[in-house]
Amino acid sequence: MIIEHRGLKQINGSLVVLEGVKAPMNEELVEIETENGSARTGRIVAIEGDKAIVQVFEGTRGLSMVNTKTRLLGHPMEMKLSPEILGRVFDGLGRPIDGLGEIYPDCSMNVNGQPINPVSRVYPRNYIRTGISSIDCLATLIRGQKLPIFSGSGMKHNELAVQIVRQASIADNDDFAIVFAAMGVKNDVAAYFRSSFENANVMSRVVMFLNLSNDPIVERIITPRCALTAAEYLAYTLGKHILVILTDMTSYAEALREFSSTKGEIPARKGYPGYLYSDLASLYERAGIIKDAKGSVTQIPILTMPNDDISHPIPDLTGYITEGQIVLDRDKDGKGIYPPVSILPSLSRLMKDGIGEGYTREDHADLANQLFSLYAKVQDAKALASVIGEDELSDDDKKIMQFGRQFDEEFINQGNENRSIEETLDLGWKLLSTLPKSMLDRVDEKYIEKYYRPEGDETEEEA
Amino acid sequence: MPSENVIYSINGPVITVKGKTELSMMEMVYVGFDRLVGEVIGLEDDVTTIQVYEDTVGLKPGEPVYSTGSQLCVTLGPGILSNIFDGIERPLPALEEESGSFIGKGINVPSVDEEKLWDVKVLVKPGDTLSGGAVYAQTQETPAILHKIMLSPLLSGTVASVKPDGKYKVTDEIAVLKDEDGNTVSLTLCQKWPIRIPRPVAARMPVTKPLVTGQRVIDTLFPVAKGGAAAIPGGFGTGKTMTQHQLAKWCDADIIVYVGCGERGNEMTQALTEFSELIDPRSGKPLTDRTVLIANTSNMPVAAREASIYTGITLAEYYRDMGYHTAIMADSTSRWAEALREISGRLEEMPADEGFPAYLPSRLSEFYERAGYMETLNGEEGSVTIIGAVSPQGSDFSEPVTQNTKRFTRCFWALDKALAYARHYPAINWNTSYSEYIGELENWYYDNAGPDFMKCRSELCSLLLEESSLMEIVKLIGADVLPDDQKLTIEIARVIRVGFLQQNAFHKEDTYVPLKKQLKMMEIILYLYHQCKKIVAKQVPVSQLVATGLFEKLIKMKYEIPNDRLDLFDSYTREIDEKLAVYLNK
Repeated sequence: MIIEHRGLKQINGSLVVLEGVKAPMNEELVEIETENGSARTGRIVAIEGDKAIVQVFEGTRGLSMVNTKTRLLGHPMEMKLSPEILGRVFDGLGRPIDGLGEIYPDCSMNVNGQPINPVSRVYPRNYIRTGISSIDCLATLIRGQKLPIFSGSGMKHNELAVQIVRQASIADNDDFAIVFAAMGVKNDVAAYFRSSFENANVMSRVVMFLNLSNDPIVERIITPRCALTAAEYLAYTLGKHILVILTDMTSYAEALREFSSTKGEIPARKGYPGYLYSDLASLYERAGIIKDAKGSVTQIPILTMPNDDISHPIPDLTGYITEGQIVLDRDKDGKGIYPPVSILPSLSRLMKDGIGEGYTREDHADLANQLFSLYAKVQDAKALASVIGEDELSDDDKKIMQFGRQFDEEFINQGNENRSIEETLDLGWKLLSTLPKSMLDRVDEKYIEKYYRPEGDETEEEA
Repeated sequence: MPSENVIYSINGPVITVKGKTELSMMEMVYVGFDRLVGEVIGLEDDVTTIQVYEDTVGLKPGEPVYSTGSQLCVTLGPGILSNIFDGIERPLPALEEESGSFIGKGINVPSVDEEKLWDVKVLVKPGDTLSGGAVYAQTQETPAILHKIMLSPLLSGTVASVKPDGKYKVTDEIAVLKDEDGNTVSLTLCQKWPIRIPRPVAARMPVTKPLVTGQRVIDTLFPVAKGGAAAIPGGFGTGKTMTQHQLAKWCDADIIVYVGCGERGNEMTQALTEFSELIDPRSGKPLTDRTVLIANTSNMPVAAREASIYTGITLAEYYRDMGYHTAIMADSTSRWAEALREISGRLEEMPADEGFPAYLPSRLSEFYERAGYMETLNGEEGSVTIIGAVSPQGSDFSEPVTQNTKRFTRCFWALDKALAYARHYPAINWNTSYSEYIGELENWYYDNAGPDFMKCRSELCSLLLEESSLMEIVKLIGADVLPDDQKLTIEIARVIRVGFLQQNAFHKEDTYVPLKKQLKMMEIILYLYHQCKKIVAKQVPVSQLVATGLFEKLIKMKYEIPNDRLDLFDSYTREIDEKLAVYLNK
């Protein structure tokens, strides 16, 4: 039996306090009817005796203390699911907004999910080809991984995400689908994603969740949870391989901060709540593969680093949870290099077990290692050149500088080209071949024999 | 007033019970109809505060809170090794059987398998007097480890009766003890111990032996003692977990307790699969035979994360009491500190630095002080070594957890982002790291690693130091203007950095290097240096010496010389002599 309550005790930001509630349940869903009859949704976030603190997703504007009716629904926030969610567009709370009608659910699942038992996980090994050299070769994306893109405002992270979706989907012919969750993104950005998916002919395999920047922020806290619940359903119940794109995690964390401060919680760093790490982890850790399911959940969260600062709490805590990161570089972006991937801080922790013989090619690990270490030397040489001038550099350093330029131009700057893994690796060797053999200290002799092909002096003359 | 305790308020993992209760501080309780595990963390006149170790979604006020009368305890007995537990010692494989791939709520499973039969040998006879910690039986827990079953440190008395040797379950009675007051106590294969109280020992002994890890930068430059404590701070991507895994795989402790505290689920899966595939070089048995994993991943309840560190150290102390050398890897202690902060915030305590509670330093010191080289109650020698990873916020080592950890550990392996970016692993920065154990371990190295070991080490250190000050100049004006003797320093330091300090965890030979080979490598590098120094003094430019390829050859020797073919070093010496003879005889 559902009891209806009338009146509120207190309204504060997005929170309302109900009094005299019989047996409220922690995290229980609440339906709120305003004076003029419109309905809103909320959830109980804290309980004290017969008082329940309810977070209202749509905001409290227009609520009155006396004439508001509330009903406790007796279950936590759930998402209705069925195979027909593919191709549909939902709002931040998982309600269809594409005008195609309600979902007839096969089942409902708690949006908070449950932690995967570490012993039930399968260690991710199968790589996903994105067709982008800098990612495929140097920070390989693995199925079941969470690999965020650290970007900044104004950089081309959305284009990169679309390119990954387009190219990765072509590479993978089995059951592959995309769950896309927008949190606080602008209307036109959301429209860009939608039209890009339609143009690439993948819309039928996309589930979209849109919480736009003018939507209530409290809803934003639920959006990724709905998206991940849908992803888990598609992956573990229907056996599909799911790529989840969450953008923009910075807006999400900011919503969390706003919400925490209305609750009067003690802030930790930069005003973010002390549980920001646990909260982010409860999203990111939902990526993975489990033993008795066919599918997998791979995540690419995108976040814009405030002021391009990688030590800001949001990228910092994200980096501690995710299995690597792809960092975009404003310098490269300014030079028109696309995708503007910053090589040195980008990293995929799981790549070592998903590349090499049987997955990509036997020389991949050594090659990637060598390119990294040479690229680090490029930075040293550049720093030195900026002090003493490039002409004064030693011969080796000059060669390194030339290598660095070519690397940026040919390897990183690939535009919309879709490269196979062989093309990417061969290109890497072509660049290594511009350098003398003695500088290749990270590659095995047998690969040097097989792939190292210096082409006379032509490449060195240009310097 | 009802005698039953009922939930009054719920706020995340913290709940309160109103009214006076008979609950005691730190008592373990079951919360709600689902019987979620919780612990009393605050008692006031009319409010009792409890932190819950499981997800509180769906909990209602008015649900009962059941008292257990004991503190949060772990079960200690055979069956712990090779297992994987969550933060409150619930075996994860058993949880999987109960609730499938996702962790359910309120599942009560025994910590150690209660059905398995152990081959027990009883070591006492009726009439024997036993004091706390005495061994009364033993069983082969894994092929590598003999499990000694000890009397709880709190008990003592006379053995009244014993069962014959044979197969028993952990809960079977195998002896009866009559204590001083005449009460009879039934002795089984297991005992309970509260996780927040250090297990007693007879005496703390000085540390004299290193924990040999097979990692050159650690063993040679910054060794940690058995019974010592070390910290590995580093931002994300600098290889904390990788270093911890390497230590867990190769260090010469008898027992490894690996605590994944608030870290990634996939990493724990990796540890699980890798450790079961690897063979311990010393015992020839799988590494899992000596390993316990505790996995409390970042999305598992935060209160259990706080407990996982204590669960881990208690298990380590238990095996120490049997006379084993144990090492506990805690990855990462920052997550534990953050769990403290989160719970402290929910209790509305006054925050200190960065929102951390003011008692953070005292909690950290309590934890690190549980390390030590001890004489156990039964007269054996055992040790607990703690290696704690720290994940500083924003890679800034001045934050509270790193700073306070530094005060209570004597070994500091600072991981460096610049090194990690250059894929120099392990990315332990030789300029900012330190080990205070060098002095205490000197004699051991002299006797066991070779009389020259420490001499070579200090020469290596001074070369690296010299290089780093030279690099300051090079950064400003380039390497070409340096005099040749300084160029030589830079060249040889490169060999030390790339050929010696950098170590490839994925290479079959290089992943673990015995001390003997470490010494040989240092000796040959220094031999080349000394010979070249003589030549440079004769005005021969360094570039000619580099052109001999000897430097490159030494850089690659870590791959070329297998760990069991140390005789090959002689051929290196010969080659150096041959190639340099032209210059030397000038």
